[in-house]
Amino acid sequence: MADNLLFFTELIAMPVLDLKGRRIGRVKDAALVPLLHASRVDRFLVGGGDAWLTVRFDQIASIALGAGIQLSDEQLVPYHDDEYMLRIARDLLDQQIIDVTGRKVVRVNDITMRIQNDGQRDFLAVTEVDIGMRSIVRRVLQGVLPPLWIRRLMRPIPPNSIRWEFANVVEPDPLRRLRLNISYNKLEDMHPADLADIVEDLAPAEREAIFETIDSEVAADALSEVEDPKMQASILEALEPEKAADIVEEMAPDEAADVLSELEEETSEEILDEMDSEPKTEVRELLEFEEDTAGGMMNTECVVLHENASLKDAMAALKGNEDLLESLNTLFLIDADERLTAAVPLARLFLAQNGAKLKDLATETLIQVTVDEKQDRVTELFDKYNLLTLPVVDEDGKLAGVITADDIISVLRQK
Amino acid sequence: MRKLLGRFRYHILVFFAVIGPGFITAVVDNDSGGIFTYSAAGAQFGYLPLWTLLPITVLLIITQEMCSRMGAVTGKGLSDLIREEFGLRITFLTMAALVAVNLTNVMSEFAGVAESLELFHVSRYVSVPLVAVAVWVVVVKGNYSSVEKIFLFACVFYVTYVISGFLVKPDWKEAAIYSVKPVMMLEPSYIYMVLGMVGTTIAPWMQFYLQAAVVEKGITAKEYAESRIEVIVGCFMTSVIAFFIIVACAGAIYSVKPREIQDAGEAALGLRPFGEYAFKLFSIGLLNASVFAASILPLSTAYTVCEGLGFEAGVNRRLREAPIFYALYTLLIAVGAGVVLIPKFPLVKMILLSQVLNGMLLPFVLIFMILLINKRDLMGDWVNPRWFNQISWITIVLIIGLTMAYVGVLVRGMQ
Repeated sequence: MADNLLFFTELIAMPVLDLKGRRIGRVKDAALVPLLHASRVDRFLVGGGDAWLTVRFDQIASIALGAGIQLSDEQLVPYHDDEYMLRIARDLLDQQIIDVTGRKVVRVNDITMRIQNDGQRDFLAVTEVDIGMRSIVRRVLQGVLPPLWIRRLMRPIPPNSIRWEFANVVEPDPLRRLRLNISYNKLEDMHPADLADIVEDLAPAEREAIFETIDSEVAADALSEVEDPKMQASILEALEPEKAADIVEEMAPDEAADVLSELEEETSEEILDEMDSEPKTEVRELLEFEEDTAGGMMNTECVVLHENASLKDAMAALKGNEDLLESLNTLFLIDADERLTAAVPLARLFLAQNGAKLKDLATETLIQVTVDEKQDRVTELFDKYNLLTLPVVDEDGKLAGVITADDIISVLRQK
Repeated sequence: MRKLLGRFRYHILVFFAVIGPGFITAVVDNDSGGIFTYSAAGAQFGYLPLWTLLPITVLLIITQEMCSRMGAVTGKGLSDLIREEFGLRITFLTMAALVAVNLTNVMSEFAGVAESLELFHVSRYVSVPLVAVAVWVVVVKGNYSSVEKIFLFACVFYVTYVISGFLVKPDWKEAAIYSVKPVMMLEPSYIYMVLGMVGTTIAPWMQFYLQAAVVEKGITAKEYAESRIEVIVGCFMTSVIAFFIIVACAGAIYSVKPREIQDAGEAALGLRPFGEYAFKLFSIGLLNASVFAASILPLSTAYTVCEGLGFEAGVNRRLREAPIFYALYTLLIAVGAGVVLIPKFPLVKMILLSQVLNGMLLPFVLIFMILLINKRDLMGDWVNPRWFNQISWITIVLIIGLTMAYVGVLVRGMQ
């Protein structure tokens, strides 16, 4: 263990000495001011008699574990709470933070800091957040044994910590979040499923804080991945209707309809009112269907062509629907009356001759269901015919939507 | 009118959706220790102790309501809140005590399993390992909702006590009178019995379990009205079952010849002259209660400890994701079941010890609870109203006083 490391538990109760080396008090807490510097400990709160004093980092000459904090300037001001301060003992210790690289929610046991010198003075930089057994032992023994004994005792226990840069503090209060310069940008790069797992581990207020702040598109993906429909609903409910509408617009229509159907009618109407007209009509149509029928399961996002279309038309259609490509595997053909006539597996397009008719590439048998088909029957069909997609038609035979294999997997998982 | 009916229907639906936490906690409260206490009370004093049930129910409701309210409003477990508000050291000590207390509780549950199956001539060397493994597998392989369903199903089995109560043909008139007519006697064994009934009914683990279950089920402040009803109904169910146990033993044992009984198995045997069914149902009830509590206690303990200390926890996680959770869970079951199999192990002493430890930890937990529920930054508008706060303090002081008196009596008896 390098000597210039200092743990927050060791900093607490460290004596603070004035210019003549007299003790004026002990450290009670320390604070970062994230707007000024992301990792430097900016203020030390020192308790002597009745009131706490604030020591700015540039009033300190040296910091050492055995000797304490030596000041270089004695003009100290009394402590008053300041919203720009992230106080370590109050706001960080024992609270939950998000480990962005480890993709989980953890509780802060201790903070590791490094004593650095910039030529004029020593200052402390927060380097790691300690979460393991080692820091538990340290916290429990703090004040009971001398710090150097504790350090020796801890040696055999493997450390467990996350780098400060990859730790994300969760702050439910939007104003304070802004003042403390806490953003959830780091979360946006995560896989939506991981983000959903994290969100599920948090308490409702923190959950909402994240969904309020992150990009709507990321929020939509993450919300779709939250497994419990009740939780999805309560997240949307807690958001402002405009923000909720932004998120719902970005979701696949079938999933949006599923979530909205969990809400109370009043709330879901409020959200629908805020939505753009195109996704709104789609979602509204889907909301009409019973949840456990083909209509309730299906998605309206699919690529549809006229039955006489050629390979070239298909390519053009795909170019126009790039956002669907990631999970697309079938094209559908309809006649002049919009009735479904054939399904074309996407892969066949690659082997087709130039100028071929899509009709000739279609599957031999067209398997389809009507909107009121029962969920169990739909699942059965997927199993029996090894389907990836299944078209759903209304009573006139018009294509209403598609059910994809991932819908079936969700259904089966929920059983 | 139609709207009113619609709202009513909505509340009923929400009520069924929130069923689980309150029922399960309240019902598990009648574990093997509880059954023994009630049987002993009925066997020795007949219908006289029945009056205590109503006040006990009130005490139970007041404590349970606070927990479920904290869970619903904050979305955090009790150990989470203790950690965030009182720091790691206090949490660590509380958790260490909780593990010790609950370990002795688990022992008494497995003793109950052994006892009840020995009534059916199954050796404890067969029954205890089998039950231990079964309990472990169900929880480890299950997820929260499937485990909850099994637990709710087990609740149904408590009806065996109601039936056996009827089969004994007790004196209903007397039972009704003494249910509302307080009888105080200054006889030491009577006071001891009354204290024991309070002591077994309000235990530390319940507060942790209930709050965690409310959180895990995703009950929010919005559904809290229904959840509160569920908790209250659950508390009444506890007392109804206790009522029938006391009545059965009063009718079967006290009215023949009042005597002290040594364990719940003896109570079951006492019912035998009133028919094989009365005996069998009573024994099955004991088995069910023991197995039920033996599966919930280790689970709740592991969960609480991991939450408080910041380790990954929960039955929804896999073994590798939450190693400490599963290790603790397994250890509690293995040790709890193991000691029952050690010949000449002082089991009765252990069970008494478990009651003593319960009583010693309870005051701390209750005081944490009332401090937490009065924090406005946690609870917002859901803090205790003034009048309720006074009632809560009186309740807590009363419970602490009674439990300490009980602990005193037990400790004196153990020497």
